[in-house]
Amino acid sequence: MRRLLVLGGGTAGTMVVNRLRRALPQREWQITVVDRDDDHCYQPGYLFLPFGTYTPDQVVRKRHAFIADGVDLVLGEVEHVDGDAESVLLVDGRVLDYDYLVIATGTSPRPDQTPGMLGRQWRRSIFDFYTYDGAVALAAALPSFDHGRLVVHVTEMPVKCPVAPLEFTFLVDAWLREQGLRDRVELVYVTPLSGAFTQPIASDLLGAMLEDRKILLETDFVVERVDDERKMLVSFDEREVPFDLLVTVPLNMGADFIGQSGLGDELNYVCVDKHTLRSTTHDNIFAIGDASDIPASKAGSVAHFSAEVFVDNFLQLVRGAPMTGSFDGHANCFVETGDGKALLIDFNYDTQPLPGRYPVPVIGPLSLLQESRANHLGKLAFRWVYWNVLLPGRPLPLPSRMSMAGKVAPVETTTATPPEED
Amino acid sequence: MPVTTIDSRPVHVDQEGFLTEPDEWDEDLATALAAQIGITLGDDHWKAIRFLRNDFAARGETPTLRRVTVAGGIPTKELFALFPQKPAKKLAYVAGLPKPRGCV
Repeated sequence: MRRLLVLGGGTAGTMVVNRLRRALPQREWQITVVDRDDDHCYQPGYLFLPFGTYTPDQVVRKRHAFIADGVDLVLGEVEHVDGDAESVLLVDGRVLDYDYLVIATGTSPRPDQTPGMLGRQWRRSIFDFYTYDGAVALAAALPSFDHGRLVVHVTEMPVKCPVAPLEFTFLVDAWLREQGLRDRVELVYVTPLSGAFTQPIASDLLGAMLEDRKILLETDFVVERVDDERKMLVSFDEREVPFDLLVTVPLNMGADFIGQSGLGDELNYVCVDKHTLRSTTHDNIFAIGDASDIPASKAGSVAHFSAEVFVDNFLQLVRGAPMTGSFDGHANCFVETGDGKALLIDFNYDTQPLPGRYPVPVIGPLSLLQESRANHLGKLAFRWVYWNVLLPGRPLPLPSRMSMAGKVAPVETTTATPPEED
Repeated sequence: MPVTTIDSRPVHVDQEGFLTEPDEWDEDLATALAAQIGITLGDDHWKAIRFLRNDFAARGETPTLRRVTVAGGIPTKELFALFPQKPAKKLAYVAGLPKPRGCV
């Protein structure tokens, strides 16, 4: 009996075990997935919790209900991976041996990593919405905020779903307008990046959208600490951003056991080959979803597209054949922009988000890099797709490789200005 | 890729002026690149630049600010003092390496 062990039963881990259970014979393969609890959260839904669009029961389901028969679900916390002995130690002392290991333990917000963030103001005037508890706490606090400076802040890249902080900003702007409070609130977006977003065309567009909404943009801000007495963000170069309400995205890190097992980088992301997702230190270890160090968005769409490539490769590998699939970094993200509209962006390692139509060229029905109601409805409909199509590992008619069809590429311009002037 | 002239020699750069051929770099060029962005290099600058060059040679990508701090042992605060406002970008620019991936 050959043993496949998957750590983490979230989006990526669940898709992979369900697909592989169908593809690998029960009498030859034992498949086990480990997670610390039995709650599967629809993480894109957290964004909507503070505004009451979704209720808590719409974003949490039982994990075991989405895991195929014939896959063992073990509840427990991972302590250590011994890559040479091919075994995983759990905190409660259990040892799980494997022939192949897939790490899919994601990334988590770590407010403890920024001095002052977890001080007296935490969950009083400082909130996050990247955890279920944080989003629910913010939902309770937001209705009593009626004037002052509302600061939305990103601590350091990479963060899970890099568009979510912008989406929150657009949604809170729309919400304040609906409440008749927008004139009494100064809305500020604080980012360590040099613009609103990472990718040039999308960054310019999103930056212009912030400006249209009179949202102040503070760039190149790398936070050193939170002064919770004066209610200020303080940067390494001594800039200060005061707030009355701070909605922050804390530093995101992979699971501690990854670093402690010698498998990860400074942020505990598993070091892998970006095309095969195979560990750079052990040939029988892979990392999928947010847990790896690939230079792609930490997003459900990347987990989905890369899981498809990984599953096909894995089936070749265990047959003794070479792995022929190569992940291209394909990401596809809806960006809520408020007032019932959204943008859609589609990109990969080499190609930035471009305007056009998706998934069918010219026809769409979704528009790339352009606000539309159809995009917003697509985002809302995706929750159903997630629970009913994606997690069970049913085929979704979207290719895992990014396509250039129907997209408008920019004319290449050369300015060659040094970074001082950008 | 465009070619530009720095320190009276041709070098390949990307649209933002970052060198695209790490082998075209040497320490004289670094001094010239630093001058382009108003920085005069001292010992502490060189410590950061050499860490960047060595780490890139070993790993094939430009280290992030966090990596320069954690693995290179140079506090973030100091990097901001040495390469004001945009230390990650300026350091990569002077070290003749690709812009650190913006982390998409």
